[in-house]
Amino acid sequence: MSTVILLTLTGLGLAALYFLIASGLSLVFGLAGVLNFAHGLFLSVGAYATWWAAPRWGLAVAVPLGIAAGAATGALVEVVLIRPLYKRPTEQVLVTVGLSLAGVALLQSVWGADPRTYPRPAWAAQVTTIGSAQVPDDRFLLIGTAVAVLLALLLFLHKTRYGLVIRAGVENRDMVSALGIDVRRAFTLVFAIGGALAGTAGVLGGMYFGSVSPGQGASLLIFAFIVVVIGGLGSVTGSAVAAVVVGLLQQFVNYYGAAGAGDVSVVALLALVLLLRPSGLARTAVTA
Amino acid sequence: MTRLTKMLPLVVLAVLILLPYSTVGLPGVFEGSLNSPGTLQMLAICLVFGGLALGYDLLFGRAGLLSFGHALYIAAGAYGTDILVSHAHWPLWAAVAATVPAVAVLAALLGAVALRTTGIAFAMVTLAFAQVGWIVVNRDPGGLTGGEEGLPLDSAGLPASLVGVANTVNLYWVALAFLLVVVVVVHGIDRAPLGRVLTGLRDDERRVSVLGLSAYRLKLGTFVLAGALAALGGAVHALIVGGASPHLASADLTLSLIVMAVLGGAGTRWGAVVGGVVYAYLDQRLTQVGGALPGPLSQPLFILGTLFVLAVYFAPGGLTGVLKRRGRFA
Repeated sequence: MSTVILLTLTGLGLAALYFLIASGLSLVFGLAGVLNFAHGLFLSVGAYATWWAAPRWGLAVAVPLGIAAGAATGALVEVVLIRPLYKRPTEQVLVTVGLSLAGVALLQSVWGADPRTYPRPAWAAQVTTIGSAQVPDDRFLLIGTAVAVLLALLLFLHKTRYGLVIRAGVENRDMVSALGIDVRRAFTLVFAIGGALAGTAGVLGGMYFGSVSPGQGASLLIFAFIVVVIGGLGSVTGSAVAAVVVGLLQQFVNYYGAAGAGDVSVVALLALVLLLRPSGLARTAVTA
Repeated sequence: MTRLTKMLPLVVLAVLILLPYSTVGLPGVFEGSLNSPGTLQMLAICLVFGGLALGYDLLFGRAGLLSFGHALYIAAGAYGTDILVSHAHWPLWAAVAATVPAVAVLAALLGAVALRTTGIAFAMVTLAFAQVGWIVVNRDPGGLTGGEEGLPLDSAGLPASLVGVANTVNLYWVALAFLLVVVVVVHGIDRAPLGRVLTGLRDDERRVSVLGLSAYRLKLGTFVLAGALAALGGAVHALIVGGASPHLASADLTLSLIVMAVLGGAGTRWGAVVGGVVYAYLDQRLTQVGGALPGPLSQPLFILGTLFVLAVYFAPGGLTGVLKRRGRFA
């Protein structure tokens, strides 16, 4: 029983990371139509910013700084690189691909390719006993943050004017423009939100894995892509559900099956979902 | 002018065939003279990547299929051949002859699922499938793949003419032959009605469907053919570098194939070949001289990634596009 509790909470912790990355990817894709390969870079920038600042000013300053760095990178990339290529989706993807290659290499040249030990609050290193299971506290940090982010995102999307514009833009971008609303300002906003969420995921991922390396974002990004497709492109709730399914499946199969079987089973799930329900769980339209 | 342009590929081919007989050294460009084993191996890798990039461009530039999982088929070709030669002690030709059709079957199975989606979803699905390949290769199931270390090719199973530093020149010709095969196949398709149908698929799939052609089958056929060419290239790559390494299965390899195709000029006759050769040359050469350069410039991927981003903005037709425009104004 204790193993099941531990696996469940660890799986949910992983799901929290996937959700933080996937929700941003999903919003950016849903609204701006950009498949963002540089999303892993936003994550790494946030993670390294916190790692760099923590020994200087403490975590209370370093964590917001990391999140802000992710948001700033996202907004900057949208304004400088993506905006000139509006209505040329393939080129936009290509630019984010180039950016992810160059960005990771840049981080590597500054901080080296080896993983660096990541700072975390003292209480997150302790364990809590639930039933008979010893659960590391960082799992609760991840799950709590993800739930808070999910609620905040849903409130933002459903109760504010900007949220309304974003939701309408995901449904039908041309109609929103035709009504005289500048959708492109919303593009910068979703990139900044996505960057902030990715930065958060970078910081929490560093604490969860205990280390940070330049390639970390890229390896998490692939599972986040799977979560986005399973959840349905453009749907935040879909991403949340898919992240939980993927995180739990991966943890349980990895523990009870052969090494690496969990990762393979996630891809098998993706294939299954595509065969049965090509538009993902949330049934939003999959457009090119 | 046009006759010259038509003759140019043949002239380049003749130069490439005769190149190992030259003892000329190009200081700064290559470390040794042209016929030194180091330079020949470097050139061989460039030629292989030229072929791999053109094979990928069959999907990307011609059929408009943005696959992010091409590395899977290259790695399958390299590891399949390597495992059959090194573990099962098959002769090389039999190993290649068995691996390439097997990889084509794999591409058919995975392509049949992936092609149910289009556009960006297709890109993500192929990426996910390739990721499984990467995981499997790194986990080293049953000691077959050698894990992160890669699997060295057992030279006992190779013909004597392909073993040893003195025979690097033969490896060079094998690489050239591979490139030639890909060029003949892809340019053959370009010229055949199939090529025009593929371009039609890229530009507007519905029109092709209206003509009564099955877009799904055409795309699947192209996907399988590109997979088989990738497998052959993977096998040749394993032969040249003396083994298969997990890097071949990584998403980064597919990303660099995209960079090669776009840098050279996607969908053009020679663009991807030029892009692949130039990229592979810069990648190897920048690694050689990288230590001498300061800061981020010591990372080949930083330079290549930045060049690529700049090319997307300022040279949309790639290198061949730039050359063509120059030619017109000159």
